[in-house]
Amino acid sequence: MITSEVILKSLGEVGTTVILILVGTVLVEALLYLILMKWLKYKYALPFMLLAPAVIGLIALVIYPLIWELRLSFTNMSLKAFRDPQFIGFKNYVRVFTEPVLKQKMFFPLLGQTVLWTVINIAFHVGGGLGLAMLLNRKMRGKGIYRAIIILPWAVPQVIAVLAWRGEFNFAYGYFNILLTRLGLPAVQWLADPVANFAAMCMTNIWLGIPFMMVTLLGGLQSISSEYYEAAEMDGANAWQQFKNITLPLIQPVLTPAILLGTFWTFNNFNVPFFINQNELESSDILVTGLFRAAFQYNRYGFSAAFAFVIFALLLLFTIFYMRYTKSLKGAYES
Amino acid sequence: MSTANQYPKKSFFRSGREDSPFKRIIIHLVLIIACIIAVFPILRILAVSLRPGDRLMSTDLAIIPPDATLESYRIILFDKPFLSWVWNSLAITISTALIGVILAATAAYAFSRWKFPGRSVGLVFLLATQMIPASMLMIPIYILAIKLGMVGTYRGLVIAYCVTSIPFSVWILKGYYDTIPVDLEEAARIDGCSQIQAFLRVLLPLSTPALAITFLFNFMAAWNEYLLARVMLGSQESLLTWPLGLQRLQGQFQTQWGQFSAGSILVMIPVMVLFLYSSKYLISGLTLGGVKG
Repeated sequence: MITSEVILKSLGEVGTTVILILVGTVLVEALLYLILMKWLKYKYALPFMLLAPAVIGLIALVIYPLIWELRLSFTNMSLKAFRDPQFIGFKNYVRVFTEPVLKQKMFFPLLGQTVLWTVINIAFHVGGGLGLAMLLNRKMRGKGIYRAIIILPWAVPQVIAVLAWRGEFNFAYGYFNILLTRLGLPAVQWLADPVANFAAMCMTNIWLGIPFMMVTLLGGLQSISSEYYEAAEMDGANAWQQFKNITLPLIQPVLTPAILLGTFWTFNNFNVPFFINQNELESSDILVTGLFRAAFQYNRYGFSAAFAFVIFALLLLFTIFYMRYTKSLKGAYES
Repeated sequence: MSTANQYPKKSFFRSGREDSPFKRIIIHLVLIIACIIAVFPILRILAVSLRPGDRLMSTDLAIIPPDATLESYRIILFDKPFLSWVWNSLAITISTALIGVILAATAAYAFSRWKFPGRSVGLVFLLATQMIPASMLMIPIYILAIKLGMVGTYRGLVIAYCVTSIPFSVWILKGYYDTIPVDLEEAARIDGCSQIQAFLRVLLPLSTPALAITFLFNFMAAWNEYLLARVMLGSQESLLTWPLGLQRLQGQFQTQWGQFSAGSILVMIPVMVLFLYSSKYLISGLTLGGVKG
């Protein structure tokens, strides 16, 4: 059922916004053209004009909100104090570490859970993705079909995939319990038992994440010339030595950013824990779903802002250490 | 470049026809198992969508049930506002994906071809944006949207979708531009093209794989987005996007599994078509800015 009224309404809303963006872009470009190109004759006028729309967008939607949020984190804004929040200094930051972040859960157990979640997922993503990519990186029959099918989980909208997986974890009608009982094993309380629920989250996310790793690493593997392996073969290197001394070092430029991005995405994954758990078990929360709860379920805006910056700082520290340690991203930046 | 006779015998990594039959069987077996794991949950959704209404909850494992019916599809297409959810999502997604690609393509060009002041800071910033949890930006954007009166309209949503995908797109496109020699553009400029013409006529056509990939990613990000839409649209019935609508089917007192599954299958089709269509670009386009060694 769809009415012309609905069609026109959404088209009108989207259309006016698009026109607004276009008009804004043209104005900015004209202004920059006059100032940088005509008036200052600046050497980098053109690149700055090319960058301007994206930069303005990022300032308006990322940098400004972040600065605003930073200020918010020093106030006691909540649903009660929405109009006139008070400045309370670092109290929120102290409270993140000393008080329960959710109803019962403290910060550090939540962090431990998130690290565990990230490590398990990334290990399986990289292991599975690299394994499948190596199997597919050869001449064989049906390669294209295998690749297309294995990529499919990536094409399934996350919300649907996760809700469907949640259905499969149903105690009586879910696939996993049907299989377990047919094998003569006891059924598992996937949605009510904390450990099983966590396992369910991991299974879902591993299924979702392997295709991205496989595709990225396959690209990396294909760029390795077969001459290396030929030479190693002549020197009598076995399969493991070839993997360790040729494959791994040479896909490093692809592997390092892929792991880094994968870590961010997994650490910050919202859909999987949120929809598998549906806000029921606090034990299944990771940091970002806890953040969502603190902000939008308990409406502690100032506190959640401080909480958010703690999470961000953790990821920043991790990135700095990771980049120091692997050093391989540097090349990408200094080029 | 990769003809079969280039491969050495016995090599595990680059082996072709010379694989022993036993090894070939093992490899095919592993890949078939991986394929089954990959498609099985999708087939289960299909199975539930085809079941008649009184047998939605069943321990039956057949993919096509013996009494298959399209009743769920009929209900969701004609008795529920499903089509308007899809229409809303489509209008938002296509416009934001296009704008996002245009903004990223030009910005990536600047990053790839000029060493302007602030360039390395900008690149680090692009990486840093990937660290920001979605629910972290949600708090200020939500409160700011309330104050600006943008809750319950598409305005904030469209602008946000255009912008949030920029960093990752710039990352991919810059990496891809870097692999294309500058000489090509310089040759075009000697032939009388302006810098912008060289970009549009030489570099962009050569970057089709990366452009296709960024469009695909932007499309998927907006098409699948749930959280911001939920926060920004609230309870505006006529503006719901499909993720909100489908979740509503699940969230009521009793889950409408049949309708949910039928809707899911319908929503999956456009993304899968896009994916299979662009899969030939997927591997070459996704360089992550690091391959150039």
